[in-house]
Amino acid sequence: MATEAHEEGTGLVFHPLDQFIVKPLFGEGPIHWYTITNATLWMALSVVAIIALFVLGSRGRAIVPTRTQSIGELIYGFTYKMVEDVAGKDAIKFFPYVLTLFMFVLFSNYLGLLPMSFATTSHIAVTAVLAMAVFLTVTIVGFVKNGTKFLGLFWVSSAPLALRPILAVIELISYFVRPVSHSIRLGGNIMAGHAVMKVFAGFAAVAVISPVSVGAISAIYGLEMLVAGVQAYVFTILTCVYLKDALHPGH
Amino acid sequence: MASGTTTVEHAADAATHGAEASGAGMPQLDFATFPNQIFWLLVTLVVIYFVLSRIAIPRISAVLAERAGTITNDIAAAEELKHKAQAAEAAYEKALVDARAEASRIVAEAKAEIQAELDIKLQKADAAISAKTAESEKAIAEIRAGAVKSVTAVAKDAAKEIVSALGGKADAKAVTAAVSARMKG
Repeated sequence: MATEAHEEGTGLVFHPLDQFIVKPLFGEGPIHWYTITNATLWMALSVVAIIALFVLGSRGRAIVPTRTQSIGELIYGFTYKMVEDVAGKDAIKFFPYVLTLFMFVLFSNYLGLLPMSFATTSHIAVTAVLAMAVFLTVTIVGFVKNGTKFLGLFWVSSAPLALRPILAVIELISYFVRPVSHSIRLGGNIMAGHAVMKVFAGFAAVAVISPVSVGAISAIYGLEMLVAGVQAYVFTILTCVYLKDALHPGH
Repeated sequence: MASGTTTVEHAADAATHGAEASGAGMPQLDFATFPNQIFWLLVTLVVIYFVLSRIAIPRISAVLAERAGTITNDIAAAEELKHKAQAAEAAYEKALVDARAEASRIVAEAKAEIQAELDIKLQKADAAISAKTAESEKAIAEIRAGAVKSVTAVAKDAAKEIVSALGGKADAKAVTAAVSARMKG
């Protein structure tokens, strides 16, 4: 589609996916694993933002918090309560881990919405690593904590005996699909939103429909603000749900 | 999609340079960039994890605990002050009730005193009035007796004169008896 528009030579050029290209930050050349790329830059910026919020924001350790400190405290309390409510009291030791994931996804999503920025969470490589990390943690913790009883997760003891093997197969498949859905949900949402905005931005070059286009970009931008938060929340709460399965298998 | 050759060319471009891929194929599926992204992602996550778990979380939980402690203390202090205020109010109420009782006692006493005085005066006045009444009644009775006597005398005289005028000889005794009988009737 993009190439077609290019060849028509009308000046209407769509490159909705160009924004996702990983390129070296300094100079040209092949991308090695250590090359500093735009992905590196925006991940580093999310780290900087997290440090600014949690470390600089709370440096006063004030009893009556400043605005930044109270935002940090709100996020802390929100995540803490989510881990406690969803995964149980004994999941609190995973709280730093869950908070790390939540903060990285949340900040990457929102930083990705800045114009000219690079959305790291739109890449399946990133979300797959995050999801696989959760999947491996849950599986390892499940077996270490419960031993073979963790397999009870797949053996639905409340169902009739005849149905149990069938359910076990379904449960097993759904268990291994988890990291896939977990990662593609996040990456796909962020990618689709950014691509749609770029497509509308391409239409803005045509004077007649440019007001509609600009209006649509504004509307979709608003929607994407929501999606960025909701997807970060969904990613985190699913992490908590999976952790609950690891700590308390069985239905 | 456009002609196959351009797509292949672009894909090759994307694979070698990564930077020049222009719309042909998703940059997300450019596996050449995967090691780079995964490496930097792991670095990022480790840094965030250490920043959060070593600095942010202990600090914020300490602040929250301290705040909870302060709030609990403040609430306890407020509770104590409230109790004090309640005690003070109770004391005030008691004083007020006492004062009211004292006041009503004084009023009752004064009333009783006045009543006693009043009773004595009333008795005296009654006595004086009844004395005067008795005196007056005596005077009236005297006057009435005097009047009856005079009327009897006049009636006798008149009866004698009338009898003599009619040419009879007036028997003084009979006239007196007749007059007395008439007066009684």
